[in-house]
Amino acid sequence: MSTVSTSAMTLAPHRIGAMVLRYVYLLRSSWSRVLELIYWPAVQLFVWGFLQLYIAQNASFFARAGGMFIAAVLMWDILFRGQLGFSVSFLEEMWARNLGNLMISPLRPIEFVSALMVMSLIRLAVGVLPVTLIAIIFFGFNLYSLGFALAAFFLNLILTSWSVGIVISGVVLRNGMGAESLAWTAMFVLMPLTCVYYPVSVLPGWLQTIAWALPPTYVFEGMRALILDHQFRADLMIMAFALNVAYFAAAVLVFLQLLNSARRIGSLLQSGE
Amino acid sequence: MLVPTPPAIVVDNLVKVYKTTRAVDGISFSLPVGSITGLLGGNGAGKTTTIAMILGLVMPTSGTAKVLGAEMPWQRYQVLHRMNFESPYVDMPHRLTVRQNLKVFGKLYAVEDLPGRIRLIAEQLDLTDFLDRPTGKLSAGQKTRVALAKALINQPDVLLLDEPTASLDPDTADWVRTRLEQYRLERGATVLLASHNMAEVERLCERVIMMKQGRIEDDDTPQRLLDRYGRATLEEVFLDIARGRGEAAREAAQ
Repeated sequence: MSTVSTSAMTLAPHRIGAMVLRYVYLLRSSWSRVLELIYWPAVQLFVWGFLQLYIAQNASFFARAGGMFIAAVLMWDILFRGQLGFSVSFLEEMWARNLGNLMISPLRPIEFVSALMVMSLIRLAVGVLPVTLIAIIFFGFNLYSLGFALAAFFLNLILTSWSVGIVISGVVLRNGMGAESLAWTAMFVLMPLTCVYYPVSVLPGWLQTIAWALPPTYVFEGMRALILDHQFRADLMIMAFALNVAYFAAAVLVFLQLLNSARRIGSLLQSGE
Repeated sequence: MLVPTPPAIVVDNLVKVYKTTRAVDGISFSLPVGSITGLLGGNGAGKTTTIAMILGLVMPTSGTAKVLGAEMPWQRYQVLHRMNFESPYVDMPHRLTVRQNLKVFGKLYAVEDLPGRIRLIAEQLDLTDFLDRPTGKLSAGQKTRVALAKALINQPDVLLLDEPTASLDPDTADWVRTRLEQYRLERGATVLLASHNMAEVERLCERVIMMKQGRIEDDDTPQRLLDRYGRATLEEVFLDIARGRGEAAREAAQ
């Protein structure tokens, strides 16, 4: 019986490539899907960017903190769109009623998850890269000027987004399309707790404990430290990374358990509601 | 000394319980390599669940299902590349063209010379003209042929089919049956076919397993079943079993 645990975890690049190809074909076939990737990040950026411009003209603190809101919007989009890119690619299989075909193919769960992670990066690039250019043109904020810190922020945010995406996919796999709404809403629970637009100190004490258990909180605190105090907080990034590694491993285990449960209750046969 | 070839599929005392429903209730059978067997039964007889357990999609409550020596679902990655499945209840992605779909599945199954294989299978299944059309834009008959092309892309040694001709007109259904027969003969593949279509089973299958309420009610060649129940068609045998008068029909035939 140990065959499952060993062979299920092996990775074959050609199978991951096949799945990525499948999603790229899908994206290429639908302009509405591509536009949707850019639309919401751009709307968010304009709302918060203009708000920041207004406040900066009226308060010295915010004048000093140039780009803080815009950076927060862009970082939040990496977190949210990263998860959405993962989950939507997974949901495409449910919508297409194609899951049965994949599950009887040699594709391993870990390869499927890897392909979804690659697609999350591709969808993120399509959606967020143009918006970072808009930020430069309209608001004079260059996200890439954050340099190495940006790489640390990105790594931690994308890891969290994948962990959430993996668990949501497992829940949908196990419970059917009735759980689809989780893909669109789950990340918003994290928004107030991870303190995207305000420091953790604003939260009541007990809520701060919860906030510090979430890796993005460290990223957003680190981002404010960098923009307001011009200080890169490596300690925050290391802590976020440690938490992310633990959550990612837990998410993969939860996904495999939910997949096994789906096999027990027969939900892989009916990938609808 | 001649070593006997082990069966392609061995199902031993297989049980599947969903909450309080026994969908499959202790069935056993084995299918020799190269055989074609029909799994017959009404709605809820347990055909689809049986096939799903053989594919490793559903975990048995107890008992075992072995394919080419591998116990499903535990050892499925040893054999999934040598199997495939087709059912009208599982779709191909609609927005992808036929060629794109076949390319993706061909890569998943690590098919060698994939462009050549796609070209050949498109010719065999009369799909060449549709290769660059979105799959969702095809007619039901064309979609079934695409699904069949996907099921044959890796030249499987074991092919499982769940009502492969459901919702097809008689001409297309006959065409699909002919292609399936050809494939089995050329490849020596083992085929298990679940169907409601008695004429289809009579034409294609050398053996029929009759299921009712999760159990095997009878298991024999079509001709012997007809003789045993004293009937002219499998449909009449099916009705005898489905309506609980199988024993009476058997006794009357003796």
